[in-house]
Amino acid sequence: MQEHDTSWVRTEMALAEPAPLGERGAIAWVRKNLVGSVGDTILTILGIAIVAWILPQVINWAFINAQWTGPDRTVCATAAQGGVQPDGWTGACWAFVNAKFGQFIFGTYPIEERWRPTLVAVLFAALLVPMLIPRVPRKGLNAILLFLALPVVSFFLLSGGVFGLPVVETSRWGGLLVTLSLSFVGIAVSLPLGTVLALGRRSKMPIVKLLCVIFIEFVRGIPLITVLFFASVMLPLFLPAGVTFDKFLRALIGVSLFAAAYMAEVVRGGLQAIPKGQYEGADSLGLGYWQKMGLIVLPQALKLVIPAIVNTFIGMFKDTSLVLIISIFDLLGVVKQNLSDANWATPQTARSGLVFAAFVFWLFCFGMSRYSMYTERRLDTGYRR
Amino acid sequence: MASQEILREEPSRGSLINDPKIRGLFFQTLVIILLFGSIWWIVHNVIDNLTRLHIASGFQFLRGRAGFDISDTPIAYTSDSTYGRALVVGLLNTIIVAAAGVVTATIIGFIVGIGRLSQNWLIRKICMVYVEIFRNIPPLLVIFFWYSGVLAVLPPPRESIHLPFGSFLNQRGFYITRAVWGEGSWLIAVAFVVALAMAWFVARRARQRQMATGQQFPVFWTSVALIVGLPVLAFLLAGMPLTFDFPKQSTFNLTGGFQLKPEFLSLYMALSCYTAAFIAEIVRAGIRGVSKGQTEAAGALGLRSGPILRLVVVPQAMRIVIPPLTSQYLNLTKNSSLAIAIGYPDLTATAGTVLNQTGQAVEGVLIMMIAYLVLSLVTSAVMNVVNARMALVER
Repeated sequence: MQEHDTSWVRTEMALAEPAPLGERGAIAWVRKNLVGSVGDTILTILGIAIVAWILPQVINWAFINAQWTGPDRTVCATAAQGGVQPDGWTGACWAFVNAKFGQFIFGTYPIEERWRPTLVAVLFAALLVPMLIPRVPRKGLNAILLFLALPVVSFFLLSGGVFGLPVVETSRWGGLLVTLSLSFVGIAVSLPLGTVLALGRRSKMPIVKLLCVIFIEFVRGIPLITVLFFASVMLPLFLPAGVTFDKFLRALIGVSLFAAAYMAEVVRGGLQAIPKGQYEGADSLGLGYWQKMGLIVLPQALKLVIPAIVNTFIGMFKDTSLVLIISIFDLLGVVKQNLSDANWATPQTARSGLVFAAFVFWLFCFGMSRYSMYTERRLDTGYRR
Repeated sequence: MASQEILREEPSRGSLINDPKIRGLFFQTLVIILLFGSIWWIVHNVIDNLTRLHIASGFQFLRGRAGFDISDTPIAYTSDSTYGRALVVGLLNTIIVAAAGVVTATIIGFIVGIGRLSQNWLIRKICMVYVEIFRNIPPLLVIFFWYSGVLAVLPPPRESIHLPFGSFLNQRGFYITRAVWGEGSWLIAVAFVVALAMAWFVARRARQRQMATGQQFPVFWTSVALIVGLPVLAFLLAGMPLTFDFPKQSTFNLTGGFQLKPEFLSLYMALSCYTAAFIAEIVRAGIRGVSKGQTEAAGALGLRSGPILRLVVVPQAMRIVIPPLTSQYLNLTKNSSLAIAIGYPDLTATAGTVLNQTGQAVEGVLIMMIAYLVLSLVTSAVMNVVNARMALVER
């Protein structure tokens, strides 16, 4: 009689059971995320109240009641204010933004010459986009074109005076054009300058180190406005009589130096995070100082601090709005300037113009921060603890 | 023996050019020469320019009559006062707005930062939207928004908005009730200081007793009773020397009360909102930086969620939070210089006026820079003390 083998061994893994009904689906999600406890429920109600109070107002103001086109202030003013809207109307005056759009982008750049900044913007975008997409090859050539060739070409295109292009004074530049060119040059200058300052601060040469420390700590201790004041009031005193240079250039120098000091601290953080073994390894391979830094230390250090570098860029992009104080009209400056236009003065104008400017700034800054998060994930080699 | 001899020998160098010591010396000498050369050149140019413009250098101009008015004056000031006094008024205004902003930004920042870690999805998202909006627009724009977008379009004084506690809001600012302290009010202040000292003493004794015997003492409630009770007692003893000056609505304007001007309000609100977004991120990072094992271990020891937060998570989170928090405070102080854009008379604005009137650009900018440097250094010194108290005490 053959014995029945009652033992049984499972040869494959049992399939996972689906989570119990109370743990999945919309209801479970609501229970976990919105009404987990009494306190949670109260918070949810409070949150709904806040959203229900703010959101309809914002949507009403920005879209439903908004005036999109119109020749002058009458479309955005109530009857009592001398306009066509019923009393008690509040809505965005996008007609104002619409009418002034060219100024917001180009400032008082001559209208028949505006193809020049537009061309620069197209070139910039054409070089920047492949730079930002990791899969596109020839990054080195791209970087040279973007950071060396483009500024030169843009300078001649924008200011003119060559190839029969009429000269456009920098005092006529304005709007987004100024914001972008200031921050682009600031970024292109502050990263290398900041890296040099950071290396100087960690240098073994005491005098170089002292000078770098003094510069960095001094600049970080004062507001950008003071630096801009310095650049606009004191710099002319430092130069021999009769030698002046452009106000825009002075602002550029101020912003770049300011950003470089912050960048230096960020880069120093990265340098400090590199283990000593890397420095010693480079030394033992017989690399010189610049080879050691350029090939071994800086690539690792800069990669570590990408988020902080981009944060500095974002900070600088926002800080360019301060040049308004020394009467250079960037995007915010032009918006502010146009608010006093009697042709458009209504209670809604200021809000609409400023919200538009805020949206443009926000778009750029948010884009930068998202891109830095993406890069951080992409470059994460998994060595970080 | 022979090998030791060789070791003691100076290592041979290829040439002087490759000797790091000599190269270092060479570069540093070069730097010094360049530095002193440019300083000499700059000083030479400055002296040249100043004599050409007939401007006497030096700080004598501070004693001159200012001749301009300042809208917010925490200390007595008229246009007959000196330039020096005008600068002091500006400095005080900077300190006032920075201090108020720091307190408010910290409160909003902690609420929003903790909100971003909430269990509640809705609260999390609301806090995220707040942070993402304010982090990504320039502070100057926020200031303008409050100033010309919100406060300037409020109703005129005649149609002021009534708010609780007898306060009013209109185009010209926010009018609140002013407390007028009468005779004998010093007693209340003294009582308050005494109460603070006693609360500190009680806390110390209680800690010592808990260390020695393990018995706990309700320090918090005792301190509250002391700090509230003693001044109230003094208030009653002094015969209630407090009257209120309510803002009253007259035909064209509001009279009485205490007026917060729109310039101050918009600067203060903008700086608070803007910096709060950054503080929220710092707080979030700090709390997330405390490893989960700490919370679990505290739970395993039998602590409840309140004490876990208070005794285990927060002290460790504060260690991560304080250094970046300090730099946010410094940023706020520096950003307060944006006051010049809306005409709040802070240090930068008054120094700018002084500078324009006297032409003393070098001295004016120097005073500005030194004042901000000193403010920054004082703030970091205070925060370093706080940090040292919070830091991990290692044997």
